[in-house]
Amino acid sequence: MTRWLPYPVLTASLLVMWLLLNGVSAGHLLLGTVLAIGAARTMAALQPSKPRVRRWDSVVRLVAIVFVDLVRSNIAVGRIIIEGPDRPGQPGFLVVPLALNDRTALAVLACILTATPGTAWLEYRSRRDTLLLHVLDLGEEQDWIDLIKKRYEPLLLEIFE
Amino acid sequence: MNATADLPLWVAVLVAIFIIFGAAVTLLGAIGLVRMRTFYARLHAPTLGTTLGTGGVLVASMILSSALQSRLVLHEIAIAVFVTVTTPVTLMLLGRAALYRDRIEKKPGIPPFESER
Repeated sequence: MTRWLPYPVLTASLLVMWLLLNGVSAGHLLLGTVLAIGAARTMAALQPSKPRVRRWDSVVRLVAIVFVDLVRSNIAVGRIIIEGPDRPGQPGFLVVPLALNDRTALAVLACILTATPGTAWLEYRSRRDTLLLHVLDLGEEQDWIDLIKKRYEPLLLEIFE
Repeated sequence: MNATADLPLWVAVLVAIFIIFGAAVTLLGAIGLVRMRTFYARLHAPTLGTTLGTGGVLVASMILSSALQSRLVLHEIAIAVFVTVTTPVTLMLLGRAALYRDRIEKKPGIPPFESER
């Protein structure tokens, strides 16, 4: 089983993508399955770290939270752009200490912080476990740190570690 | 392609709303890119286009193709996933290149190299 299907989640995702792009039919199901299994086995040669999703309910909660934040930060950044560069708020750098270590969790956090306008991931210092961010409207530094430490990090820790 | 002529009015209106919304958000992001003053602040503006902007256009595309082919068309989800997964790569590359340059030039207000702290 593990020899033939080293990455079941990857294999399933590839199959779903194949069916999304080509339409669902018996022929495509067969072809897609063969390709997905082949591609996943090739991937095994690269030996990527195998992320383990521990709690799927937290994944759903994380997606919902991120979606809400995404819309909110789009509105916030849109407002800043309309107000122009002479508005009172100041952009600035921010260092956040992280408890996350898992590579996949960090990658997901990077996607979240990049996808929400207003925060940009600049540098992760693995030796100190700190993250350097650039924030468009700095305001209270602690609010931004709380956003990451209290809103995203506990869920990511639950899911991956 | 005459298929669009058969489109029900409410679908056409819905698609138009989503397209205009997505395009407007992307435009706002582009304006932000011009109006912001520093490189780091400019990094934030185009994100509007890659999130809600792309989202609006993709939803419009999903509704239109689903209505025209009278079955659910979901290719756009794959596009959304790939855009979300690949944007951090380019953003980090640009951000870190700028950070490196500014540190070498010792610009004020830039966090120093790791070893210096």
